[in-house]
Amino acid sequence: MHFLAAVTPPVTGSAALVASVVLGAIFGVLLHRGGVANYNVIVNQFRFRDFTVLKIMMTAIIVGGLGVLALNSAGLANYHIKAANMLGVVLGAAIFGVGMVLYGYCPGTAIAAAASGSIHGLVGLGGLLVGGTLYAFSFPWIAKNILPVGALGKVRLPDVTGVPALVWFIGLIAIALTVFFLIERAERRATVSR
Amino acid sequence: MTSATPAPSLLRQSRWNAYLVGTAIGVLSWIVFAVVDKPLGVTTSLTGLAGACAAPFIGADTVAANAYFKSHVFKLDYGMLFLGGIAVGGFLSALLSGSFRAEVIPTVWRERFGGSVAKRMIAAFLGGILAMYGARLADGCTSGNGISGSLQLAVGGWTFFLTLFAFGILTSLVLFGTGRSSKN
Repeated sequence: MHFLAAVTPPVTGSAALVASVVLGAIFGVLLHRGGVANYNVIVNQFRFRDFTVLKIMMTAIIVGGLGVLALNSAGLANYHIKAANMLGVVLGAAIFGVGMVLYGYCPGTAIAAAASGSIHGLVGLGGLLVGGTLYAFSFPWIAKNILPVGALGKVRLPDVTGVPALVWFIGLIAIALTVFFLIERAERRATVSR
Repeated sequence: MTSATPAPSLLRQSRWNAYLVGTAIGVLSWIVFAVVDKPLGVTTSLTGLAGACAAPFIGADTVAANAYFKSHVFKLDYGMLFLGGIAVGGFLSALLSGSFRAEVIPTVWRERFGGSVAKRMIAAFLGGILAMYGARLADGCTSGNGISGSLQLAVGGWTFFLTLFAFGILTSLVLFGTGRSSKN
């Protein structure tokens, strides 16, 4: 199906390090101009008052996914799948969801926000570092008791369902277009009635 | 929301269209996969930084002896430089669009919880702790799991994305209720 570690990246050594800063900077600009380095935009997504986060994420997943699928099929990119330790992922995502709304940022957008003037974003970065340290010291227990529960390995939806990747993307595009249409219509109505 | 007056150049606009930004992040992920041979992510590298920052407080030996920090040693590699890049990009973007400003208490928070600086800072700090702890437990955050994982159709990525949204919505209901008062 897909190659693992079959492709050598064309850029290595110090050139790759320069590329990393540039790619990170592009990501930072996109997060800031996209509006997601803004507490209000992120929190209002979860309150169904602003759909910027969903629009950006769904579009990035579909565009990124189709491109990476094509690159991988052409032998130009490897997949990097993380192990689906289901109990860990579900518990982690739940804790993350609570933290993200309380903080108003996720780790990536927090860095862009702090760099564009958010003081509470900067304070929360300290929280991120403490959270990472707490996890490191609870890791032995977590690794023994949580991570092995529902450990499915590095699996993709096509592996577990038998439905090919391209069909998944066609389905995702259909869902995204429907959701985007409904969001845009609701936003137009809200603007008109105001 | 800002109104679309006759557009200044792309560099000076403070907001870009969300679909365009999403598309650009998707294209960025192609480049990261093909050129750096890594997924786009944040908290794996942030863990190394956490260890480096914890060392003065809890002792370098304690950090060095920890199994998790051992596999996440702080170094200026692709991931760490990518994080530095995000800060550079966020700063330049704010500067060029003239939207750099110190924000102590955001509007939506102030409308619900008032103007106490201490309250907001404690919430941000606690939220940060939870977000990072959760991201490490799930082995990725909104970037590493939500976007990079989901775009590869990883089972873990989609599970993270959907669970995160469910708990984010629940949390915002608890914190903000269903009140129809505010807009940003």
